[in-house]
Amino acid sequence: MIDKTSKKPLKRRDFIRKSLHAVAGLTIGGLAGILFSKSSSEEMVWQLDPNICIQCEKCSVNCVLPHSAVKCVHSYSVCGYCDLCSGYLQPGTKVRDTGAESQLCPSGALKRTYVEDPYFEYTIDEKLCVGCGKCVKGCNSFGNGSLYLQTRHDRCLNCNQCSIARRCPSQAWNRVPASRSYILKGDEKKKFLKS
Amino acid sequence: MRYKSRRSKLFIVALLFLFPLLGLSQVPERVPKPDFETDYIRPDFLTPTPRATALEYIDIGVLIVALFLATYFAHKQRSRQNIFLLMVFSLAYFGFYRKGCICPIGAIQNVTYALFNPAYAIPVFVIVFFVLPLVLALFYGRTFCAAVCPLGAIQDAVVLKPTNVPGGLAAVLSVLPYLYLGLAVLLAATGAGFIICQYDPFIGFFRFGADFNMVIFGLSMLLLGTVVARPYCRFLCPYGVLLNWMSRLSKRHVGITPDECNNCRLCEESCPFGAIKKPDEAAPPANREAEVKKLAFIIVLLPIVVFGSGWIGSRLEIPLSRLHANVSLAEEILLENSGQRTELTDETKAFRASGKPTEELFAEASAIQRQFKVGGWILGGFIGLILCLKLINLFMRRRQSEYYVDKGTCLSCGRCFSYCPYEQVRLGIITPKEAEKMGSKEVKIKQFRA
Ligand code: SF4
Ligand code: SF4
Ligand code: SF4
Ligand code: SF4
Repeated sequence: MIDKTSKKPLKRRDFIRKSLHAVAGLTIGGLAGILFSKSSSEEMVWQLDPNICIQCEKCSVNCVLPHSAVKCVHSYSVCGYCDLCSGYLQPGTKVRDTGAESQLCPSGALKRTYVEDPYFEYTIDEKLCVGCGKCVKGCNSFGNGSLYLQTRHDRCLNCNQCSIARRCPSQAWNRVPASRSYILKGDEKKKFLKS
Repeated sequence: MRYKSRRSKLFIVALLFLFPLLGLSQVPERVPKPDFETDYIRPDFLTPTPRATALEYIDIGVLIVALFLATYFAHKQRSRQNIFLLMVFSLAYFGFYRKGCICPIGAIQNVTYALFNPAYAIPVFVIVFFVLPLVLALFYGRTFCAAVCPLGAIQDAVVLKPTNVPGGLAAVLSVLPYLYLGLAVLLAATGAGFIICQYDPFIGFFRFGADFNMVIFGLSMLLLGTVVARPYCRFLCPYGVLLNWMSRLSKRHVGITPDECNNCRLCEESCPFGAIKKPDEAAPPANREAEVKKLAFIIVLLPIVVFGSGWIGSRLEIPLSRLHANVSLAEEILLENSGQRTELTDETKAFRASGKPTEELFAEASAIQRQFKVGGWILGGFIGLILCLKLINLFMRRRQSEYYVDKGTCLSCGRCFSYCPYEQVRLGIITPKEAEKMGSKEVKIKQFRA
């Protein structure tokens, strides 16, 4: 790589290259410095705020995972343990049976167990839940809102740009610090924030 | 939200009627909490934790080791085979195991977002992923691209029959990464979203799933990649722009020959990425003045081009700002309020239920539009500047007497090494005498006569 035409431009070019090299180095260094001053050692993860969510069902289909990382969760401390659960039963169902046709959940993920008269406990089988939020909508309309959606961090890949977040019509999704990775309700919230 | 008191039935009924007015944001406790008589205990609420931060530091470790090895294989060993093996490992680890997130390309947006949004605390390992490959490129060239980047690796693995992209077309296409970089930075800075991640063609393969359009895009990129080597790297990758800048200034960079070049032309066609430059036939001195004139002309033109394309950029304010959720929401609300549209969308329903004043949304939206106006000027000006610099570069041809790699676009992949007779000498395959014989006399004579 020898410049045969003259020696002077070579020296000048070399000088320019060296100074540019220094400038580039300083720029990266400076940028890194600024970034570190704004950084946190903690990872940021995605979570949806159940108080903003409108249960549009986008969560169940827009996750990059074939089975959405968003699942229904249940704050037992908020639940009324209703016999006539509006999150469990189709609206207008007269018989409080557990037949599939009277259930709101399309995949039968919401399980009902008798506790004592007149209370029933509702639990979610996460393996079956598709995160559609139908039960959430039901619970919100007549119940306490104890059923709500959350992305489950044992499933979520924590995409740099969550593909649900950018399509969420209510802008319920945000990046949150990993230690505050769930946005919960009731005693569950208090317990989680304390831990 | 916890109350011990029992509400009257009437109150509950009233609440049911009031429900639509109360909005969806806070659901009150309508059904009283039960007092269990049996010793029923509420089940535990499980909160599985995200991937441990400690593992992110393992990723950093893997990145550092991989970068070191890539540089060692390319510079010291000059072994294409080892580079290839490392590349396969990186594809497996950063691609299929880590599912492609986070990568330095996407980190451009996190970095921008952190600079413009004080509320976002950028995780340390994201900074490291962004900075390390750049620093390395500043000293040793783009060894990151050669063997560490999972996106580069998946494309490199399908290079079958690379053909030459004609110089003119390649020059035009090479502006795309700058455009992509500028757009991504603008959209990340305004908080509109991370388009690099959104339109990553290969991440769907790493996760075994993507939406239909992206699968088509990814597949066609791979298909194209069999004949046009690494199309994403060369004509789209925004991080490649930064690496290109750094690599141009690099102190040490891989060369085709470990020793000298005798213009045997054996390596001429060996680079699938068109990074090998032929020796320029030294221009006769008469041309020099004309060249200087052309150069002066471009330099005079430069402010005009920069201003003009900046103006075009600022005109794009409206369509670009629509990519921000708040702006498109504000436009929809405006349509509905003026009666031009009667059917509510999920977005406007959610907004109306949130009880946020419309004025507040409009104020936010117009603030964002102003940001896009300024951003559009900068983006346009930047593209104008790049166009001029590319032109100037055409006239500032280095007078080279040997085959050399273009430090900016060379990915340090090592494919060309073994074509060089002096590399064969280094490996002990042929003798220095034989190598010299391969030298092309005409090229040399042509060179030195000028
Ligand atoms: S996309 Fe948003 S509004 Fe729709 S269900 Fe998910 S969090 Fe709720
Ligand atoms: S971050 Fe990715 S994996 Fe997690 S919920 Fe969003 S799209 Fe699904
Ligand atoms: S050019 Fe971009 S995509 Fe290609 S290897 Fe380099 S960083 Fe990766
Ligand atoms: S190392 Fe050689 S073959 Fe590979 S990109 Fe650079 S010039 Fe091309």
